[in-house]
Amino acid sequence: MDATIKEAILQKVRDRLGNDLHLVYEEYAYPLLRINQEVLHDTCRFFKEELHFSYLNDVFATDRFTSEDRFEVIYHLISLREQQRFFLKVYVDEENPVLPTVTDLWNSANWNEREVYDMFGIRFDGHPDLRRIFLPEDFKYFPLRKEFPLLGVPGSIELPSSTPDHD
Amino acid sequence: MSLDRVMGEGFFTTTIDALTKWGRSNAVWPMPMGLACCAIEMMAFAGPKYDAARFGSEVFRFSPRQSDVMIVAGWCTYKMSHAIRRVWDQMPDPKWCIAMGACASTGGMHRCYGVVQGVDNFLPVDAYISGCPPRPESVINAIMKIQDKIKEEQSLKLDS
Repeated sequence: MDATIKEAILQKVRDRLGNDLHLVYEEYAYPLLRINQEVLHDTCRFFKEELHFSYLNDVFATDRFTSEDRFEVIYHLISLREQQRFFLKVYVDEENPVLPTVTDLWNSANWNEREVYDMFGIRFDGHPDLRRIFLPEDFKYFPLRKEFPLLGVPGSIELPSSTPDHD
Repeated sequence: MSLDRVMGEGFFTTTIDALTKWGRSNAVWPMPMGLACCAIEMMAFAGPKYDAARFGSEVFRFSPRQSDVMIVAGWCTYKMSHAIRRVWDQMPDPKWCIAMGACASTGGMHRCYGVVQGVDNFLPVDAYISGCPPRPESVINAIMKIQDKIKEEQSLKLDS
């Protein structure tokens, strides 16, 4: 981690985003930026095309369990050329949890966004194939939301019939 | 003592039942259903150090049509349970089932919505193996328990 490169990238992002950049956490080894939801796709494009973050390592979400801005979705970006890791974070509201997809920038976002949809119910606008990835298609709940019970809802997932086919 | 004294003219008498049970119990071919880390211990059980061939169980059959005992090794999710049940239904009778390790027996440490809390929810389990993971000796013990079970039951209908 070269601190000067990191600072240069951070300065570029600050100049670009201005008021859309809400917070910069630097206590952790890698900077974490909380940005406005409206500029998410533009920022991702900026990171990829101008700052050379060609590798989207992970997309994941957390449930903050607050009344406003309940969910947050975190994008883990890596620049192989600069040897830098950056985290982008956006808040998502509970009433209408929709984000623009970044699958048009990084193909690796496809399955990660499906996982976020599967576990939290956050939809991604423009995703080519937004289906559940872990759970059965007809599952009605989002298991990583805080109100979901640990052992699940009894009977929500079917077990195979244990009666033999013959008498 | 020569064999002639016991075998006479090369014949000996027994019951069909005893012969069938003897044959069955010494050729219990496992159907490996390796789902997680327990599968590695199951491989060790079949390997040279523990030598399952002593019990006639070295032939791991990957076709349900040729196997007698299913060893469910590892945690079973609700999605996987349908596949396991299908394989189990394809196994010809008589068949037996071993739930290997804490996860297959009770769900183990995976106390969550996606994991079946014990495969006996949808399979008729004959032998449970404790431990996380169980040592290969435990699997041998379970195979011996299955053998005892085969030797105790009636393999043919008795005349009433």
